[in-house]
Amino acid sequence: MTAPRLIEARGLTVRRGAATVLDGVDFRIAAGEIVTVVGPNGSGKSTLLRALLGIQPLAAGSVTRRPGLRVGYVPQKLAVDRTMPLTARRLLSLPRRLSATQTAAALARVGLPAGVADRQVADLSGGQLQRVLLARALAGGPEILVLDEPTQGLDQTGKAAFYRLIEDIRRETGCAVLMVSHELHVVMAASDRVVCLNGHVCCEGAPQVVSAAPEYRALFGPGTQGSLALYRHVHDHAHDDAHDHAHGPAQDRPRRAEADGGSGCAAAGARTDA
Amino acid sequence: MLDDFLVRAALAGAGTAAATGPLGAFVVWRRMAYFGDATAHAAILGVAVALASGLPVMAGTLLVALAMAATVSGLAGRGWAMDTTLGVLAHSALAAGVVAVSFLPGVRVDLTALLFGDILAVSAGDLAVIWTGALAVLALLAWRWSALVTATLDADLAHAAGIDPDRERLVLTLALAVTVAVALKVIGALLIAAMLIVPAAAARAVAQSPEGMALLAAVIGAGAALAGLALSWRLDTPAGPSVIVCAAAAFVLSLAAGRLRRG
Ligand SMILES: Nc1ncnc2c1ncn2[C@@H]1O[C@H](COP(=O)(O)OP(=O)(O)OP(=O)(O)O)[C@@H](O)[C@H]1O
Ligand SMILES: [Mg+2]
Repeated sequence: MTAPRLIEARGLTVRRGAATVLDGVDFRIAAGEIVTVVGPNGSGKSTLLRALLGIQPLAAGSVTRRPGLRVGYVPQKLAVDRTMPLTARRLLSLPRRLSATQTAAALARVGLPAGVADRQVADLSGGQLQRVLLARALAGGPEILVLDEPTQGLDQTGKAAFYRLIEDIRRETGCAVLMVSHELHVVMAASDRVVCLNGHVCCEGAPQVVSAAPEYRALFGPGTQGSLALYRHVHDHAHDDAHDHAHGPAQDRPRRAEADGGSGCAAAGARTDA
Repeated sequence: MLDDFLVRAALAGAGTAAATGPLGAFVVWRRMAYFGDATAHAAILGVAVALASGLPVMAGTLLVALAMAATVSGLAGRGWAMDTTLGVLAHSALAAGVVAVSFLPGVRVDLTALLFGDILAVSAGDLAVIWTGALAVLALLAWRWSALVTATLDADLAHAAGIDPDRERLVLTLALAVTVAVALKVIGALLIAAMLIVPAAAARAVAQSPEGMALLAAVIGAGAALAGLALSWRLDTPAGPSVIVCAAAAFVLSLAAGRLRRG
């Protein structure tokens, strides 16, 4: 990887009260890369994103962001209080003001009709709000998009269009993308690298490598392999080796991926891509 | 013109509303009502401290209000159970202030004026202080506006855009302390929080944007101050409560207007 690092973390550890939510996570993302974080609920995905952005204080470890890095962030949830009157147009201009033309272009880009601009944010549907937030993140000309479950609430065509949009934007602007997603089959097709998280990095690397890793299967089961295989037209044996595998931040863990392109998953390398 | 006490009172009311309107919008958005109460009540203690130590009353009020606002803000930052803590602080500050004032030897303090305001007794000097304070608050809010609104909307969103939510909270804390010091003479300690909340709530029913709400809250507050002043002058009612009664009437009217417009 020769592209410059945008964000790099070493030994990132986060505690919430007594619980260790993230334990010794090494992570980096380079310019133009699409990295997806997968993992079960409560595995620390949102916390990792917030820690990488400097929102979440660390208990140990370090995060370095390239100075002056322009970030487009879409949080997992945004509760817009009804006490604040706020149109979609105004939200797009927070904190940096957009012209009317830029606003219209930003909305069109995420497939929203221009009329949405003057609707109150609190009146938008979940999917519409999600698109407005994405439009806002894109409008700032980001060098990296950080998206926490960006397709939640989107309809099927919306999801497909979203992943196409991400690819297009990366191609046009060279923008890196760091996202959290539960749509494993799409993730596997659309990412350069997948990080499988459960309080620590279970495994990481190219999608094909991660999807075959026993750590990944222990978390997601062999079932996802089927849909992945269909999706990727990859032929693979069904391993029944989703054995007991200690996961979770507070527990001993058998093996951890090194942050160098997925070698930690090499134990799963009994398969090769067709 | 400033010789006329009615003109002075009107200008004092307008100046106070200019600060309480926009700041009140943030108090509503951030659900800081009790925060306003605690700071306002502390101002009475500030008056007592000033009179006891020979400081100018304004300086004493400002210092103690600032200390209280910073305390509350700090506790909030450390995740204290805010409702109870603020309740304890707000009411203790009020009680302690009144007790302290009653202890002052040889000084006759008009407790009613402290609690309910004395808008008709505003001097030209008071007026200068009120407008200086109000303009300072407005300048502070205007300068930080975009960051303040973003941080109020969502701390994470602000953070990712390079805005420090803690710093913006400090800005509001400072603005609140200055506003309390400015509004004490006009509205009185008991109802400063109402002057923050009621005009902003009235503006909410009809406003379409954060800026619109802040501006409208200032206008409604100024209107209420003038109407309350007229009421107080004609019927000899206490000034502060008269202003708040008018603001409450504006709230009811704007609710109705909002309903009508939405159909
Ligand atoms: N505000 C908070 N206070 C205390 N603990 C928290 C807080 N937010 C999250 N946690 C804990 O941190 C852990 C990780 O949470 P996080 O939100 O990062 O999970 P996630 O992987 O994003 O889950 P999901 O898929 O449900 O979004 C969870 O155990 C959660 O209970
Ligand atoms: Mg999450």
